[in-house]
Amino acid sequence: MKHVNDAPRYLNLLRIHLPITAVLSIGHRIAGVVLVLAIPAVIYLLDLSLQNRDGYNAAASLLGGAGMRFLTALVVWAFAHHALAGVRFLLLDLRLGIDKPAARASAWAVSLGGAMIFLLAAAALL
Amino acid sequence: MSRSLHGLRSWLLQRLTAVYLLIYLVYFFIHLLLRDGGGYEGWRGWLAQPAVAIATVLFFTALLFHAWIGLRDVVMDYVHPFAWRLSLLALIGVGLLTMGLWVLLIMIPLHI
Repeated sequence: MKHVNDAPRYLNLLRIHLPITAVLSIGHRIAGVVLVLAIPAVIYLLDLSLQNRDGYNAAASLLGGAGMRFLTALVVWAFAHHALAGVRFLLLDLRLGIDKPAARASAWAVSLGGAMIFLLAAAALL
Repeated sequence: MSRSLHGLRSWLLQRLTAVYLLIYLVYFFIHLLLRDGGGYEGWRGWLAQPAVAIATVLFFTALLFHAWIGLRDVVMDYVHPFAWRLSLLALIGVGLLTMGLWVLLIMIPLHI
């Protein structure tokens, strides 16, 4: 049996207007994937930093190293956005701030908060 | 556990691990800010304390479960061909398990 889907489709991304709550949600996913990719790097740094004094110093200089700074700032953004958006989702689960104006306001606050933390990290690192 | 409860269990586990990850990280960053120097010995000594070591192993356990549930949701949403889905999930599972073993190999020698 052939199923015909006649629901309207607007796949032109430029014509889709995503509300801020949707942008925040997609950002939460992207940040989550970035953070997963950072896990092996974090475990490697933990391993290195616990081996001996040289390893500890090497781990410290890797974190602030020239090539790593942009990546570090990116991971800081991913963490800030993921954690803030995550707290917002947990509060929504508790039905706190669930009405539309409050949910939109908190979505703006989380997105801008994450962006500000990224800028602060970039300014401190770069 | 019936199949219909399986999704609910993941949903709950994702939130419980999220709360633990947040608590641990707040504690971790406060410790980093407040510790004055100490260098390598201080860092190693802190992580070798039994309570901190247990909390840290629990942190990575919670982190890897949280990552598994999150990545599984992402793969299920965007990867539809069955063979691709299975291979990706297997790869992610093996990767996360390897990371968990790696953490144990780092943490256990601190106590021997």
